[in-house]
Amino acid sequence: MSRSLTPLTLLCLLLLFAAGAQAKEPAHKILIADPFIELHSGPGRGYPVFHVVERGREVELVKRRTDWFQLRTDQGVEGWASREQMIATLEPTGEPLDLQEPARENYMSRRWQAGVSGGDFEGASLISAFGGYAFSDNLSIELTVNHILGEFSNSYSYTVGLLHVFAPEWRLSPYFTLGTGVIYTDPKSNLVGTIDRDDQIGYVGGGLQFYLTRRFMLRTEYRHNIVFTSRNDNEEVDEWKYLGFAFFF
Amino acid sequence: MEVSRFRVLFLSLLAVTVLPGCSMLGGRDNDRPTPLAPAADAEPLTGEPDQKPIIDPQVERREIRRARIDTEDFELGAYVGVLSIEDFESNAVYGARLAYHLTEDFFLEGTYGKSRAGRTSYENLSGQTDLLTDGDRDYTYYALSLGWNALPGEIFVGKNRAYNSAFYLVAGIGNTRFAGDDRFTVTGGFGYRVLPADWMAVHFDVRDHIFDSDLVGEKKIVNNLEAHLGLSIFF
Repeated sequence: MSRSLTPLTLLCLLLLFAAGAQAKEPAHKILIADPFIELHSGPGRGYPVFHVVERGREVELVKRRTDWFQLRTDQGVEGWASREQMIATLEPTGEPLDLQEPARENYMSRRWQAGVSGGDFEGASLISAFGGYAFSDNLSIELTVNHILGEFSNSYSYTVGLLHVFAPEWRLSPYFTLGTGVIYTDPKSNLVGTIDRDDQIGYVGGGLQFYLTRRFMLRTEYRHNIVFTSRNDNEEVDEWKYLGFAFFF
Repeated sequence: MEVSRFRVLFLSLLAVTVLPGCSMLGGRDNDRPTPLAPAADAEPLTGEPDQKPIIDPQVERREIRRARIDTEDFELGAYVGVLSIEDFESNAVYGARLAYHLTEDFFLEGTYGKSRAGRTSYENLSGQTDLLTDGDRDYTYYALSLGWNALPGEIFVGKNRAYNSAFYLVAGIGNTRFAGDDRFTVTGGFGYRVLPADWMAVHFDVRDHIFDSDLVGEKKIVNNLEAHLGLSIFF
């Protein structure tokens, strides 16, 4: 019974959330400074232009989606204007409108960073999620959760480490990382006589990060892991994160 | 021997990373700009020290409260559909999706779905044999995908109504947990999205979940096709 209720509950929650999201804030009025602004019927370059607002008119800024802004004129016409046209728009006070656009310079003042990446963990497939907090321009602390999917076993690893970006002001910047964590290995159920294992791991590694646009980064990383097993020999594992996507805020 | 070499490398690299980083720790506040206006208790430039200034330079600052632009790049939703699990019949699937629209063309999407496997033809024909226990028939997956709005457009309903829509392609990686094991899964497919309002979308999606499985004898590539209908909201 509870199984069939779950999707229904989820839908109800969603609708409640939708109602909350629609709660009105005081309207944000702006002043058109371009000779005219074209209003498209949708947030995309292909949508037809159906209305034009002239210079000097005051319109309401409803919302933003990606690089498009929904405007409402005093006659109640709603349409979408592109970011390029919005750059010249002014606040009612005559100041330029701050589009709150994160740029590369903002990377230096970032505090939080998070992302996902995919790769290879000694032959097994690797899906990884990470989050970090920067406490200086160069140095940050980062938490990583790996899901390692192999042919004979699956593992989860949780690591915490320090990450040092050598030149954060460069678009393509190398970094160095060092840390420790735990790895839980769960052998496949069709193998006989194997048990789950918990081991400690330590790693050293390096990578490259590339500033893409707005608040987005690409990164690639290599880690050399040492698994401190309960057996006589420690295991050494190469971990490659071929491509990762990260954002900062 | 091997381990001690690593210990030396480990410690020296730790020193290399942490030491230059530590010097940055204190430096953050030094680049704060010095205030341009003189401090309130500074002596006035004109007149005798015991005289009051003729003009009080205190100007009331106008309070400007800028409204934050409401950015709606995230999309949260739920879906219901049918999942065909190879060898194990087709069954209902429920799921949730969270998407982040990067640009008007691309979006990132995370999905999580739940279903339950039926019985194989072999199990049905042989009568009593069970390949999987009851608990092992639970099927869950997650996928992290990149989507491309390949064909954005509008649909027209009657004479006076037009709704924004998009046909999109998605591809991604993820995991499938079935029969007690996790399997690395590649997911791909297409979908169609119609927006009845600016803040809401109705989706129809077709996905293929591909992974290696040796559940019924030899190892083979398994294709699990899924079709679902979903509702999502932008926030």
